[in-house]
Amino acid sequence: MKFWRLIVANLFRKKVRLILTIGSFAIALLLFTFLAVVQSAFNRGIDIAGADRLVIINRIGLIQTMPISYGDRVRAIPGVKYVTQDHWFGGVYQDEKNFFPQFAIDVDNHRQVYPEFKVPDDQWKTFVKDQQGAIAGARTARRFGWKIGDRIPIKNSLYGAAKTWEFNLDGIYSTEKADGDESQFWFHWKNFDENVPAAVKSTAGWYILKLDSPDDAVRVAKTIDAQFANSSYETKTETESAFAASFAKQFGNIQFLIVSIGSVVFFTLLLVTGNTMAISVRERTGELAVLKAIGVTDRSVLFLVLGEAMMIALFGGFLGLLLAWAAIPVLSVALNGLLPPLLLSKAMLSLGLVFAVFVGMVSGLIPGIGAMRMRVVNALRRV
Amino acid sequence: MIRVDGRGDSKSLIQVRGLTKTYRRGGEEIHVLQRLNLDVDKGDFVAFMGPSGSGKTTLLNLLGGLDVPSAGGITVDGDEITHMSGSKLTHWRARHVGFIFQMYNLIPVLTAFQNVELPLLLTKLSSSERRHHVETALSVVGLRERMNHYPRQLSGGQEQRVTIARAIVSDPTFLLCDEPTGDLDRKSADEIMALIEELVGKHGKTVLMVTHDPMVAARAHTTLHLDKGVLVEASQLEQGVVAGGVA
Ligand SMILES: Nc1ncnc2c1ncn2[C@@H]1O[C@H](COP(=O)(O)OP(=O)(O)OP(=O)(O)O)[C@@H](O)[C@H]1O
Ligand SMILES: [Mg+2]
Repeated sequence: MKFWRLIVANLFRKKVRLILTIGSFAIALLLFTFLAVVQSAFNRGIDIAGADRLVIINRIGLIQTMPISYGDRVRAIPGVKYVTQDHWFGGVYQDEKNFFPQFAIDVDNHRQVYPEFKVPDDQWKTFVKDQQGAIAGARTARRFGWKIGDRIPIKNSLYGAAKTWEFNLDGIYSTEKADGDESQFWFHWKNFDENVPAAVKSTAGWYILKLDSPDDAVRVAKTIDAQFANSSYETKTETESAFAASFAKQFGNIQFLIVSIGSVVFFTLLLVTGNTMAISVRERTGELAVLKAIGVTDRSVLFLVLGEAMMIALFGGFLGLLLAWAAIPVLSVALNGLLPPLLLSKAMLSLGLVFAVFVGMVSGLIPGIGAMRMRVVNALRRV
Repeated sequence: MIRVDGRGDSKSLIQVRGLTKTYRRGGEEIHVLQRLNLDVDKGDFVAFMGPSGSGKTTLLNLLGGLDVPSAGGITVDGDEITHMSGSKLTHWRARHVGFIFQMYNLIPVLTAFQNVELPLLLTKLSSSERRHHVETALSVVGLRERMNHYPRQLSGGQEQRVTIARAIVSDPTFLLCDEPTGDLDRKSADEIMALIEELVGKHGKTVLMVTHDPMVAARAHTTLHLDKGVLVEASQLEQGVVAGGVA
């Protein structure tokens, strides 16, 4: 294309506008890439190999429970070192917006499976002996100003009639990692079991097991799922990150959320870039008419406009991907625990670039076709 | 020889026969050109005059293949252009017509050199051939040393000279000028006209020009007036006016 120089010259005509458009493009692409990465994190192939902890959930879904008797049966499988179970509580402390996760935990095995959650031994001993006891993560305790010995009322309406459960705060756990999850609230599974309706009694929400060796992960997972196949409670054994993903999905249709935000980003970007191109074309009506008069074909005029839109898209796209490449590892750390690890793969980068090119194409198309169809005589007349 | 009676022979460079252009605005029909005839030979220099709205630009656009007539035909150098398809017409324009408009002529973000080079980008010429042609054209208009200037760094008269260089760089069959001096002061207008005269006299170019300015028109070999949709030679128009005044 011999007109590349004209395309480049046109591009730099209005520098402020160019910077703003490229800026919006870059930000939108960053957002798009972030969404794509989150989306892929949720859908990432459940790679069991190499994990030293696995989670067993009901095959039907996370809300379905399993019999408490599964714990001992799983413990008997060779390669399994410890097993513990959790049950989701889903209570409300004072107000709906004070959300933090509460689990009915298996006091006998929890510490062995989760050594990273540190509770001072004396606090733990008090907790074990106190069936109304609870342990809170340091972050949650700080958030509500709780001190050891406080009574914590938590409303719950998931299990039978709504009522307030009262817990004694016996201890506070913390993690060694700066970005560890210190938001959970634990209480005795026995306490839970004694106070829920018959239908919920003797159930576990999910099991977490610690393996002797990560090398056994694939085999153990298969053995467990095979063992409970064809029972009324079939299981699905997966990694913790896959579990975290399906867990997060409980809070809403993440897929739908991501797709809708993504579409909004897409259309906004389309409008921003399309508008820039439309303005550029309108400003240059006379020049484009002269170009056509001297023999530049309608199709070349279309390519001039498309070429310019594509340049904006490529510049903006590269910038956005660069930002994403810098920001996503940071975000991944910041969101640890809440989301599975975020990885910006090569495929994701290419997807981002394809997205950018596509937006460039589409946004240049309408003004481009307008420029292509424009008649020289009319354009020259319009002063 | 320039004729407006439709009796020119087939050797004329430009032959216009029965050219009719009617615009429709609302329910109303505007008959701008009505069975207009014109013959122009190679090397002729014609000026078109006439009141505003008489159809001068319309005629020039038709001659340049920018617009299609409602009826009638235009033949240039043996090519009947009125029935050409859009893209064929575009290629024909690139090959045969040099345009000089009153404004919008130059692309502000390209240098004089790059502006003049534009028509050559549509040809198969190599970049060194293009450079040679562009430099020659800019020398003809006396702006060779300004070739790296941008339009905003040039005066109005210089911009029009660059436009002329662009119009002649691909050596077209004829030049169409729509009020080329319309935006210029007298001195610049004179320079432009001297240049166009030189193109005709020295380089044998064929030029058809629209102007409002009688002093500019006086430079042409012949001045034709657009009157009621047809072309009239200046001498006949005066007679008509006199006759009309007497009657
Ligand atoms: N696209 C169009 N639609 C309707 N009417 C048109 C159109 N183009 C031109 N006309 C009309 O045709 C007539 C001739 O216009 P034209 O521009 O050819 O005149 P002109 O002689 O060049 O005038 P001027 O000296 O002002 O440039 C005018 O009445 C104009 O309004
Ligand atoms: Mg006009």
